[in-house]
Amino acid sequence: MELTYLTEPLQYAFMQRSLVVAVLVGVICAVIGSYLMVQRLALLGDAISHSLLPGLAIAFMLGINIYIGAFIAGVISTVIISLIHTRSPVKEDAAMGIVFSAFFAFGIILITLIQKDNKIDLNHFLFGNILGVTLADVRDTALMAALVLLCVFLFYKELLFYSFDRLGAQAAGLPVSLLNSGLMVLIALTVVASLKSVGVVLVLALLITPSAAAYLLAARLHQVMLLGSAIGVISSISGLYLSYYVNLPSGPAIVMVASGFFFLALLFSPAHGLLTQPQSQSVLPLWRDIRSLFR
Amino acid sequence: MVDHAAIAVEHLSVSYRSLQALRNISFGLQPGQLVGIFGPNGAGKSTLVKAMLGLIPAVTGRIYYGDRLLSDQLDRTAYVPQRSQIDWTFPATVWDVVLMGRVKQAGWFNRFSTPSRHIAAAALERVGMSQLRDRPIGALSGGQQQRVFLARALAQQADLFFFDEPFVGVDQKTETVLFRIFGELAQAGKIVVVVNHDLGESITHFDQLLLLNRELIAFGPRQQVFTAENMVRAYGGQVQFFSSVA
Repeated sequence: MELTYLTEPLQYAFMQRSLVVAVLVGVICAVIGSYLMVQRLALLGDAISHSLLPGLAIAFMLGINIYIGAFIAGVISTVIISLIHTRSPVKEDAAMGIVFSAFFAFGIILITLIQKDNKIDLNHFLFGNILGVTLADVRDTALMAALVLLCVFLFYKELLFYSFDRLGAQAAGLPVSLLNSGLMVLIALTVVASLKSVGVVLVLALLITPSAAAYLLAARLHQVMLLGSAIGVISSISGLYLSYYVNLPSGPAIVMVASGFFFLALLFSPAHGLLTQPQSQSVLPLWRDIRSLFR
Repeated sequence: MVDHAAIAVEHLSVSYRSLQALRNISFGLQPGQLVGIFGPNGAGKSTLVKAMLGLIPAVTGRIYYGDRLLSDQLDRTAYVPQRSQIDWTFPATVWDVVLMGRVKQAGWFNRFSTPSRHIAAAALERVGMSQLRDRPIGALSGGQQQRVFLARALAQQADLFFFDEPFVGVDQKTETVLFRIFGELAQAGKIVVVVNHDLGESITHFDQLLLLNRELIAFGPRQQVFTAENMVRAYGGQVQFFSSVA
């Protein structure tokens, strides 16, 4: 009886397409997000995703595949970020902030301009519209996901060494600049593939949140990736159904479910849970400081 | 200046933006030597090791190993960074880290071979950590973490070993294991370079000492390096008790 709530929507072809995209995006975001998380590159994921917008708009104007335009813009943004922080005293986080807001602003201007003459909705790119994926979207997402997963599978041991100890890997003779660039390309591909389901504003959550939840529960990187994928897929599919039944934008729905998983892990993780591992910190430092002011 | 099959550092200078970190350093190392690099904080000890391996760019200078540049032969080197430079909350077990020592040897696209796994297991055994193989690295003590890194370096089966401050925050047992294995490596004809800032009794373990403070102050056997004049040049005035060690 209840099961029909899950199966009934799947008789529609558009729901089947959406489901495929939800699963693919849930998996690759968690896998690549694991690298972002362990390397403290969360902000870079956010920067790349916001930077996609102008590439997408320009590709649309020129009539080429918007994924290609978005990918090129994403790669260009990482190149500019690294140029700024290696060639000037400006720090990397500031460089990211400058570049991604500039790209994002430019993208919004372009899309606003073309929106007037075309049936293109800025909101769908910002917040995702997983129910609107076409057969071509499914094909492109599947291609990108296959490429990302194949690369991670083939270069897993090198990427593990590199992401754990960059200097040690370099001193062992691994081409760390090439590995770094490759990882940037994989991040850009993943973000592009997630455009339709979560949108550029919230893709960071699908990259970081499932892998962070898994990180609290698993001890090895590949376990974090697998468990994170499961959490990502469940979140994506839940978001899809919420979108279908309650008419919510898919991106925020997916992100809220994933965040729920993260807070469950944060509270109940056997090794690191706030409730399972009682901390002996009796007084909050802030409260202690305030009290001492009035003593 | 140096025999065949040894390291020759020639006129090495390194700058960080406008600050000159190392000035015109030249010395040579022979197989079978256990070399300690000493100097005060900010002397450029870690910088010297990183520049020798090409991990940071040099302004001038070349480092040869045999007839070729050392930076072109990094598959023969093992480098262990300072423990504080590593994120020990990284999701990896002891075994994961030791196997990293076999990544380069395994080659692209290949899985770790059975001999590779045996080499890694033997390295872990040699540092006395076999029973902790499946433990997450975040759950290890400082000394155990350092021994895991030593095992990774051993698994690389390198000819040149570089350790950056391996004795910081480790227990007595680990210090004993480190010096025992450093000695064994040197006896096997390897070159072992150890950055150290502690001038305590452990200094007697080193064959050669390199005293550094932005420039090379002295290099050679302990008695020759530890003169009052050299110590004042490296450390300034606060070195009275070291003369008794030397």
